[in-house]
Amino acid sequence: MAREIPYIAAINEAIHLEMARDEDVLYFGQNLATTENDEFVKSFGHDRVRVTPISETAEIGIAIGAALAGLRPVVELYMAEFMLVAMNQVVNEAPRFRYMSGGRVKVPLVLKAGYGFTAGWAGQHTGSIYGMFMGVPGLKVALPATAADAKGLMATAIRDDNPVCYFHHYLLTLEPGDVPEGEHLVPFGEAAVRREGGDVTIVATGWMVGKALAAAESLAAEGLSAEVIDPRTLVPLDIATILTSVEKTGRVVLVDQAPRHASASAVIAAEIADRGFSSLKAPIKQVTALDATIPYSEPMEAYVLPDEEKIAGAARQVLGSAPVTA
Amino acid sequence: MWRIRCFEERVARLKRTLQVHGLIHLSIGGEGVAAAVCRQLRDDDAVYSGHRAHGHAIAKGAPLDKLMAELMGRAGGLCRGLGGSMHLVDREHGLLGATGVVGGNIPLALGNALAARVRASDEVTVVFFGDGAVQAGHFNESVNLAALWELPVIFVCENNGFAEFTPRSAHTPVARVADVVAPYGFDRETVQGSDVPAVFEAFAAFLRAARGGHGPMLLECLTHRRRGHYEGDQQRYRDATAEEQWEQRDPLARLRSQATAQGWLDEPTLDGLEREARAEVDTAVEVARASPFPDPGLPTQLVYASA
Repeated sequence: MAREIPYIAAINEAIHLEMARDEDVLYFGQNLATTENDEFVKSFGHDRVRVTPISETAEIGIAIGAALAGLRPVVELYMAEFMLVAMNQVVNEAPRFRYMSGGRVKVPLVLKAGYGFTAGWAGQHTGSIYGMFMGVPGLKVALPATAADAKGLMATAIRDDNPVCYFHHYLLTLEPGDVPEGEHLVPFGEAAVRREGGDVTIVATGWMVGKALAAAESLAAEGLSAEVIDPRTLVPLDIATILTSVEKTGRVVLVDQAPRHASASAVIAAEIADRGFSSLKAPIKQVTALDATIPYSEPMEAYVLPDEEKIAGAARQVLGSAPVTA
Repeated sequence: MWRIRCFEERVARLKRTLQVHGLIHLSIGGEGVAAAVCRQLRDDDAVYSGHRAHGHAIAKGAPLDKLMAELMGRAGGLCRGLGGSMHLVDREHGLLGATGVVGGNIPLALGNALAARVRASDEVTVVFFGDGAVQAGHFNESVNLAALWELPVIFVCENNGFAEFTPRSAHTPVARVADVVAPYGFDRETVQGSDVPAVFEAFAAFLRAARGGHGPMLLECLTHRRRGHYEGDQQRYRDATAEEQWEQRDPLARLRSQATAQGWLDEPTLDGLEREARAEVDTAVEVARASPFPDPGLPTQLVYASA
């Protein structure tokens, strides 16, 4: 049975259910479990639910050590940018250990971080920095766009035997959605086709999925049929579903909240060019944030970010109903 | 200790003839700490080490042939040729990991101690690091959290006076690492790393406490790196006089005279230990050479665990 709950509640439900299911799951982070009334503390106690000081390196490093010892920690990092403080642990320890040991150990942990808070939070709390983690072999990257996926991807992340960067979008925090009760797992590496269409393929992640669907709606009013694909996980990336759609439509718009040169869309564009070139009837268009830090002031913030109009405009260009421009 | 010394002397020779591949850091001159500490641990006690890890691995029980095969990049290596000298893992003997970034191993050790705490086990975690790691954030964050959570972890600092190529005095005004952790109020001690019985006794006391669930503690061992930061290092930063003094503080020579003076072991027995170690290293090199190079396709199979 599904019922409507907010995205954030869906994430918490997944963590709670997994902690109840498996006593090896730990949950810790800053500002967590500071009162005895905390739902996690009441259910699982302070041994498994811990507040940490502002020490990202130690928090993530401890999680890696605990994972190597057989536990399954979930680290609450709040802001994706806070991971940057601990890049050695995220990039050079967590994903390397299994590999460098010759596959003799594993590191099952979840780094939970919010991203993309483009609501006046300016340059250091708004980044869509998942692209840089796609370039780290050994890490998996999940990017839920709906409340149901927020739950299902978190549950899968906790059960995965690899370090998973789970990036939830801050502007979706209170977004409600139908979420299955009880156990709900969304497999990694399976894209969701959010809307079927035959004229153009639009690939979007996170908050951009909603923008892409809105753009598809306005295109439909013009008689243009857009297919919208949400990869859901960037590592592993379901390129097959995207290529199948491109074979059908021959036209692609890639939407990404990240700056173009650090975006997932740049990687997806390269894969399509490499493996699906013969299907293309028009150049691949990328609608990304500009290669700029997110500014504070609202009109500038909007200027830098992709939106529904920019997505629809790019779709019209690849469909030939508007000239293709840079 | 002789096993470590002979192994590393052989590695130095093999490195010069390029039979050992890559970046190599030797611990010659500091073997006493690895031996005195690891000898007292069980296989289920964990050791985390850093880039200078051969001694810790050997003292913790890693087989010399698998270790040598790893350094020679062979399929029969401890880590199947994927890790090399700086990234040794031997789970069976409790070497949970050596990691190549200075200080990056310290919080990992806390995680192991946390797991022991959560599971109400009496396993103890030991983390080795050099004095160069102490000025890095990982150390300070970890010391704070280990103290706050009272984790059963023993920090063992091998203070060899050099952070890579730079003397300690150029890195910090604090002379002793034990003083850095003073405000946290946990037990700490500084000993001469070449005085093996002293290291043994100081660590034994800490180990008893950690076995009982107490911690953390810090043991600072004043030691020496007889060779460069890495094999091939020209060591232009070295003080020649200090070198001579350290010749006299060689932990093996010192333990030998302590052992004979105290009547623990006689000269023939000590010579026998050295001979046995050399023979074991000879065999390890033969076994390693006989091991094939790994399948070049292995890396793509090991990036992710299957689940």
